[in-house]
This record gives sequence, C-alpha cells and structure tokens, in this order.
Amino acid sequence: MAGLFGKQIGLVWSHRVTISLVIVSFIASLIIFMDVLEGNIYNGTVYTWMISGETVFEVGFLIDTLSTLMMLIVTGVSLMVHIYTIGYMRGDPGYQRFFSYISLFTFSMLMLVMSNNFLQLFFGWEAVGLVSYLLIGFWYTRPTAIYANMKAFLVNRVGDFGFLLGIGLVLASFGSLDYEHVFSHAGYMTSKTIDIIPGQPWMLLTVISLLLFVGAMGKSAQFPLHVWLPDSMEGPTPISALIHAATMVTAGIFMVARMSPLFEYSETALSTILVIGGITTLFMALVAVVQNDIKRVVAFSTLSQLGYMTVALGASAYSVAIFHLMTHAFFKALLFLGAGSVIIAMHHEQDMRKMGGLKQYMPITFATMFIAALASAGVPGFSGFFSKDAIIEAVHFSNIPGSEFAYFCVLITVFVTALYTFRLIFMTFYGEPRMDAHTHKHLHESPWVVTLPLIILAIPTVIAGWVIGPMLFGGFLTDPIQVHDHHDAVALMGEAYTGVFGMMSHALTTLPFWFSIAGIFSAWFLYRVRTDLPEKIRQISGPVYTLLDRKYFIDELYSWMFARGSRGLSMILWKYGDIKIIDGFFVNGTARMIAWIANIVRHFQTGYIYHYAFSMIMGVFLLMSLWLFYY
Amino acid sequence: MLFGFPLISLIIWLPIIFGLAVLILGDRDLKITRWLSLSGAVVGFLVALPLLSGFDTTISSMQFVEHISWFERLNVFYHLGVDGISMPLIILNCFTTPLVIIAGWEVIQRRVSQYMGAFLIMSGIVNGVFASLDAVLFYTFWEASLIPMFIIIGIWGGPNRVYAAIKFFLYTLMGSLLMLVALIYLYQTSDGSFSIEDYHRLPLPMTAQILIFLAFLIAFAVKVPMWPVHTWLPDAHVEAPTGGSVILAAILLKLGGYGFLRFSLPIAPDASHELATLMIVLSLIAVVYIGLVALMQQDMKKLIAYSSVSHMGFVTLGFFLFNSYGLEGAMVQMISHGFISGAMFLCVGVLYDRLHSRQIADYGGVVNKMPIFAAFFMLFAMANAGLPGTSGFVGEFMVIMGAIEVNFWYAFFAALTLILGASYTLWMYKRVIFGAVANAKVENLSDIGSREFLILAILAVAVLWLGLYPSPLTEVMHVSIDNLLEHVSRSKL
Repeated sequence: MAGLFGKQIGLVWSHRVTISLVIVSFIASLIIFMDVLEGNIYNGTVYTWMISGETVFEVGFLIDTLSTLMMLIVTGVSLMVHIYTIGYMRGDPGYQRFFSYISLFTFSMLMLVMSNNFLQLFFGWEAVGLVSYLLIGFWYTRPTAIYANMKAFLVNRVGDFGFLLGIGLVLASFGSLDYEHVFSHAGYMTSKTIDIIPGQPWMLLTVISLLLFVGAMGKSAQFPLHVWLPDSMEGPTPISALIHAATMVTAGIFMVARMSPLFEYSETALSTILVIGGITTLFMALVAVVQNDIKRVVAFSTLSQLGYMTVALGASAYSVAIFHLMTHAFFKALLFLGAGSVIIAMHHEQDMRKMGGLKQYMPITFATMFIAALASAGVPGFSGFFSKDAIIEAVHFSNIPGSEFAYFCVLITVFVTALYTFRLIFMTFYGEPRMDAHTHKHLHESPWVVTLPLIILAIPTVIAGWVIGPMLFGGFLTDPIQVHDHHDAVALMGEAYTGVFGMMSHALTTLPFWFSIAGIFSAWFLYRVRTDLPEKIRQISGPVYTLLDRKYFIDELYSWMFARGSRGLSMILWKYGDIKIIDGFFVNGTARMIAWIANIVRHFQTGYIYHYAFSMIMGVFLLMSLWLFYY
Repeated sequence: MLFGFPLISLIIWLPIIFGLAVLILGDRDLKITRWLSLSGAVVGFLVALPLLSGFDTTISSMQFVEHISWFERLNVFYHLGVDGISMPLIILNCFTTPLVIIAGWEVIQRRVSQYMGAFLIMSGIVNGVFASLDAVLFYTFWEASLIPMFIIIGIWGGPNRVYAAIKFFLYTLMGSLLMLVALIYLYQTSDGSFSIEDYHRLPLPMTAQILIFLAFLIAFAVKVPMWPVHTWLPDAHVEAPTGGSVILAAILLKLGGYGFLRFSLPIAPDASHELATLMIVLSLIAVVYIGLVALMQQDMKKLIAYSSVSHMGFVTLGFFLFNSYGLEGAMVQMISHGFISGAMFLCVGVLYDRLHSRQIADYGGVVNKMPIFAAFFMLFAMANAGLPGTSGFVGEFMVIMGAIEVNFWYAFFAALTLILGASYTLWMYKRVIFGAVANAKVENLSDIGSREFLILAILAVAVLWLGLYPSPLTEVMHVSIDNLLEHVSRSKL
C-alpha cells in the first residue's frame, strides 16, 4: 500500500524517480488484484478527517474487485504514459513540472477509485480536475490553452455543483457518507420523497441519483456538459491519452457503477442516463467525421465512446460499462499516443490534410494505430468488439424506458465510428504525402521510449476483450455492483453467451458487424478510391456540414448565454446595485442629507443673543401648551 | 485561571506594551524598530500558545477566567475568559500579526514605528474583544479596534484614502451605536449587570428580543459585512496598505461573526429563530450577488474584497441554520477565510510592491518571470475557489451540508459558489498569471524573495493543514458549539 503514496517528487532525476515509483504502485496494484481475486476485500479507515455534530468523516479505503480493476488500469496506463513522456516532452522547459503533475494525477486518481466514502471520492474527484486544469494549461503562454483549461475547470464545476448537492442529500437522508452504510440502507429509502418544488413530491433516490449523475456528466463529458473535452486537446498529448481518454474522464462512469445500489432503485434516473448517453454517443461521433485535427477526431471519438459506457450504465449493465471502460482505456490511449507519435514526426502539425503516406516512414506507429482502429471500430477478435457488442446486446435486452432510442443511437454509431476511425487512418498513413518538403525530409519513426508504450498497449488492445466470460458472466463484479433481477440485462446475455468464439461467429450474422464493415468500407471508398467525393458531399450537405463542423453551435450558445450573460449581470449588479443604489443613494446620500440638514440648521446658530432668546421663549411656549393640552 | 496566572491579560496587553515601546522608540534606527516589532508579534503569538495547549476541550464553560472589579459602582468588571468559539479566533489573530509585520518589513519606509506600533496595538485590542466577558469592556475594545485601522488606512493608504477611511469609520461607528443602546437596555433589565453570561440567561419578551436582535444585527452586519451594508469594504481594501487589508479581511471581519455567536444568538434566541429566514436570504444574496459582482472587477483588491463578502456570506448562513454542520462550518469558514483572504491580499501586495498597480489589465504572463510566486498564488486561488484539500473547502462543504438539511434551495444557492468562486478567481488568475509576458514592466519582474517566501509558505501550510486535517479545529470548538446550539433551542420567552 505504501507504494501508492510516495510519488510527489520531481526534480533532476524526475523521470527515473517517478517512473520507478509508478512501477512500484503498478506491481502493488497487481499484488492487491491477485489478493482480491482470492476473495479478500479490504475496507478500513486511515484517519479521521473531521467530526461534526454526530457525524464522523473519515479517510479510508475500500479495495474490492471494482477498485482493483480501476487501480490496474490507472497505474498501467499511467506507467506507459510516463515512459512515453520521456520521448514526447524531451527538451521542454517544464519537463520536471510535467512529471510531478502526472504523478500527482495518478495519486489523486487512485484516491478516487480506492475511496470508501463519498467525501474522499469528492476529494479525488476535484483533485484530478485540478491536475487536469494544470495540464491542459501546461503551455501557459498559449492563449487557447489557458482558455481551454479555465473552460474545462468551470464546466466541471457545474457538474460538481450537482454532485455536491447529491452528496449533501445522501448525508442528510442517510446520516453517513460511508458507502457501506449508505448502500445497505438504500432499500429503506425507496418510499421517501422530497419536495424540491413545493407540492411535487419526487422520489428521494431519484433526486439523489440524478444529482450524482450531473457530476458524472461533468467529469465524463456527457452532453450537454461535453464542451470542455475537445478543447482540452490543447494540453500535451500524453495527457490527452492519460487523463482525457483512459482514466479521468471515466471517473464518472466508475462513480455511477460504484453507486449502482442507489441508481438501481430509480428507473427515472436510469432512463435519463440512457437518453443522455445515447445522444452523446451518436451526435459526438457525427462531429468526429468532419474534424481535420487528428487529436480532435480522437477526442470526439472519446466522447462518443464515453456515451457508449453511459448507455451501458443506463441499461443497468454496469459491469459491461466497466468492461468497455477497460478496453477503451487501452485502445484509446494507444490511439492518442499513436497520434502523438505522428505529431512529433510532423513537427507539431496536427492537421490531417497535411499528412498522408506516413505508413512507410513510421511502421510501428502505423501498425499499432491500425490495431487500435480495428478495436475501436469493433472488428471481431479485438477488445473493442467484445465490449461494444456487449453494450449493444445489453441495451437490446434492457426494458428500461428509453432503451429503444439508445439502441438506435448505439447501432448507428457503430457505422459512424468505423467511418471516422478509418478516415483518420487513411488520411494519415495512406495516399500521397501532403506535408511540406522540409517536414517530409525529416520524417522518421519515433524513439523507442515512444514506440515501446505503443507496442505494450497494443497487446491488451487485442486480447483484453477475451476476458469477457469471467468478467461479465463469471461473477467478477457482482459483489461491488448490484443489479435488480427485473432489469438485469447482463444475466439475460449470460444465458445466450457461448464463449468467445461463439460470440465472434454469432456476430457475423448481426447488424453491428455489418455496420462496422460498411463503415470501414465507406472510409476506404471515400478516402482511398474516390478522394474527390468527400469535398462534393461537403458542398452538397452545406448547412449540415456547417452544423457538424461548428459542433452544433453549442460553444457559441454557451459563451453567449453564460459567459456574456453572467458578465452582463455582474456589470448591472455592480454598477447599479452597489454603486448607484447602495453607495450612491443610501451611503453617500445619507452623507449628503446630513450636509443638507446641517446647512439649514446652520442658520439657527447665528450667534445673536436675541435669536437664541426668541427660540427659547418659543420653546417654553410650546412646552407650556403641550402641558396644558395633556392635563 | 491557569495556576492563577493572568494568561489572557498577558495576551492582550503584551502586544500593546510592545506597540507603545515601538512608538516611543520612533524611527531613529529602523532596524531596531523592525526587529522589536517582530519580536513583539512573535512573543504575542508564543504567549497565546498555552491557551491552545491548556485548553480543555470537554467543557463548554469559560476557561482561563479573570474576574476583577473595575468600576464598582456600575458593576463593571474586568472579566476575561475564552471558550471553544473565541479561542481559535485569538490564535488566528496572534498568528496573523507577525505575518503582517514581516509583510511590511521593507515595503513601509515612511513612519515605520507608527505603522508597526499600530498593528501591535491592534492585535492586543482585538484579543481583548474576543476575550471580554463584560459588556462595557467588550464595547471599549470593540470601538478601540476602529482607531488603529482608521489610522492605517488614512496614513499609509492609496490616493483616495481619506474617503475610504472616513467611510470605514462612520459605517462601523454608526453600526455600533445601536449596539450600545441595546447593551444599556440589557443593563437595565438585568438589574444592573454588565456580564455577558448573565445576559445569556436573561428571559426577555419577544418584542424586546427582536429589537435587541436588530440593534446587534446592524452592528455585526456592518462588520461582517453582510449585504447590503458591505460597500465600505471594497473601498477600504483598495485604499488600505497590504498589511491593513490582511488584518481587515483576516481578523476584523471576524469580529462581526463572533458578535453573532456571543450576543445575538444566545441573548435573543427566539428572535434569532423568528428572523432566521431573513438572515439566510441576506446571506444567500451575499453569496450569489456578490459572487457575480466580483466577476467583473478590474481591480484585484476589489475582486478579493468582494470575494471576501461572498465567503463571509457562508458564515452568516451557517449561523442561522441552527444545526451543528452549519455552526461549526461557519466557524471553520471564519478561520479558513482568515488564512486564505490574508494570503490573497499578500499575493496582490507582492505584485503591487513591484508594479504599483492593482489593475488586472496591467498584468499578464507573470508566471514566466515569477514561477514560485505563481505556484503559491495558484494554491491560494484554488483555496479561494474551495478546492477540497484546502481549508476553503471544509467550511463551505459543512455549511452546504447543514443547509441541505434545512431546505434544498438554500443549499442550491449556496452551492452556486462552487461555480462563481471558481469563475472569478480563475479568470483573474488566468489574466494576471498566465499568458505571454504582457508588457515591459512585467518583463522586469523578479520572483519573490526569502521574506515573501516565508510568509506565503507559512500560510500555505496553514491552508493545507486545515484542509487535509481539520479535526483538531473542530474538536476544540465542538463542545462550545453544542452548548450554544442547545442554549439557542431553548425559548427565553
């Protein structure tokens, strides 16, 4: 356990120190994983954070199959990214700073997944958000980077706003923030309602689940809080791989899976999750088709894949979501690191229109990325196939309202995913080189520190899906994840499951497989055979293309509505509320009034005895008359 | 009284004696003046430490009590003591004074002895406010605390300092006059007692309670400050020298919060319950409205001043939720705000000392020239935005938890600070620190020296410690807060 904490150093020997410590924590995670496989679950307290009233807030760990799996993914991908960074960030003035950030990130992410209570989860949650903020803005002199990191932090804060209120409701209704206590008492809460709007009793667990899900939407970039993720590509590429693809953005998925005992009681919440996941899956995939920046294609693909996981959550197939989370972590990290390798070779050019023909110059990068693309497109045999097919099947079996819509979305998206992934491959690695002569002359494969992680990641990208049997149907995750019998889609799938090869051969007869093949074929046709067609399609589709290219104008809408709106409101409140009304009228007005009164009263203080005498007589007269009047 | 030793008197009078000594010494040798002031402040902090170590966290009654007759004929006593509410505030005050002295070390070149003396005397007076258990003694210290700050703003302040100083003085003086009326009324009804603890036990009819509550409210609301009597604060902060801003935000605002806990709630519990909704609404307006106003400020100090008002909204919100999350959260928020706002003003001071501008527009890309400073500023900015792991989170979290028990919408509006606080703080940080070097002046900036490093590092440790391990603090005040809650729940009609 100790190996998981000592990773805050980062000076001259920064990469040696950090990498060896990440290796230590990876091995530690592996040992813990073995231990947990034998059935040992650890749930203990480290120290008491605070006691308030009757409630004790503690910092502690819960180590079960779900958290160890996450620990393995986090430390594994983190290790690859650490090694890759040596090559990618070579010569950058912020080299040590970068290593200390990613180590801090690994620490925070581990805190998040290992937590045994909501508060610590929130700690890790915000800490990874902070590191993400620091890393997106890593090149702080770029205006776009510092704009993107602020945007990422603020959009995440909107999610956290819901998340914190959800935690508050949990504390107020359960009297504790410990998972164990809350989950075991969730069954007693089903009849409780809460009047958020007076006279409208809503089921308490629905409200809690929805609020928690708002947090997940922020972190896992679900529509409509997805806007920060594409911009986060301003950060260095290793970060895009580690934080914005493999680990941090999946924290939301992990969180909902962890909270499955609560979500299970609320069909309303599950329906919402299904629909939001469905929208994200399809619409973000469509945007990916028209992007030309290599990293942005992968970013929108991440959004779409996160949508897949969310759909799985909504279908009550939490274990499938975690399964896809795992396979996605490998193939998406590989795609990103491969894209990074291309970007290094292209001298930090990210526009795919200026690439092409890289296959012969960068064979290792090409081969590994090709594998990742196959996995991403869901070609049978590769990891992405198993998890994606499982999601589609789960949605198919699901009886939760909204599952038809989600099923439609995920099915169409299979085609779109294959299309944009292979569009990327064909535009980058095939065809005529389109870069300038200078770059062309210097094209070469990246150093071994870059290609080694690619090769290592390619292995699980191929084989990680083969554990589908034990993982989904073998009871691996039944302990941490609770599913009610009446909508247990995974169990229904389990009845039909006939082993890995059975699944692959069965796939040949189903829609997703043919959709995916059709996607690859279309990409090949459009970008290899008839390369003039994309331009024509673009012209014909006019407004649709603009809509996709501008990402449905959501950024513009938000910046107009929230950024300008709040600034305008702020100006009004400040200039009118504070300066004109409070200060101008009341405060300085009082001062002016006193001055004005004093100015009048001054005339009474004339200094002439007879004026004073007169007023005294008048006063006595007044008092006398009052006295007479009363008695 | 610990071993019959007048510890609290020492804590009050020692800084004042040092302050007077510094004044007498004058500006003949600035080196001696500075070192004498610093030793006075450090000794002042050291003598306050036995208060912490000798404090009994299991009892709610006053500790280290001193009780000597002062004006016998009027029943006025020199009556001092602390409980779990006032003790942390005294420690905070004694902790902040040395930092302020160090912060003004070379920056202040004009009337050094008077500057240092004013802060030392102020420190003693504020300790007196927190420790007084006699209303007359309290009122004396309360009003006396205005004078050093008035002088500090008026002499070492910016170009518009006279307006700001007078606004500050009149605003707060007006507020406290009604408190005096309330205290005299209480003296009459309690058959000639000025003991604050007697007032706590005094039964009062509803009308009287409401009137007393309102009289106190005006005094304390101005100090905190609550919306809409907050407008003196941005002006005072903008004009005050760095040290003045630090003390103003970190310490003087807490006098108002403390007043609510020592006077309003226990003396008029029924009125407090009656008017709780009003108070909560005013606090939420402070949180949301002021948070929005902070967004568009062009002046860094003004921005932090508005953010102070917004954060203090959590304090008053917590008080009137009448549950232990709320009250303890409010207390934690007061201590934490002392660290964070102090640190934020010091950071602005560091920049101001170099560029002599507080305008955000005059900066940009400071990180290129001052990376260490940027790291500190980042920590404090994140603390100001309430990031978990820093002290700023703890208080806000607890108050929000308390609010959601009472009403979902209270928590909803309070939690908006998560977004607003991050918006105004990070937007300012982005414009000042990040980016390419904006102009030639920024190009010539040099990173913080060891003196500045020392104070920022001390505050950084405090902010992180309270964020990662707040338990010791809540433990100290736990019993007193419970007792107060229990007291407030009993009707005095």
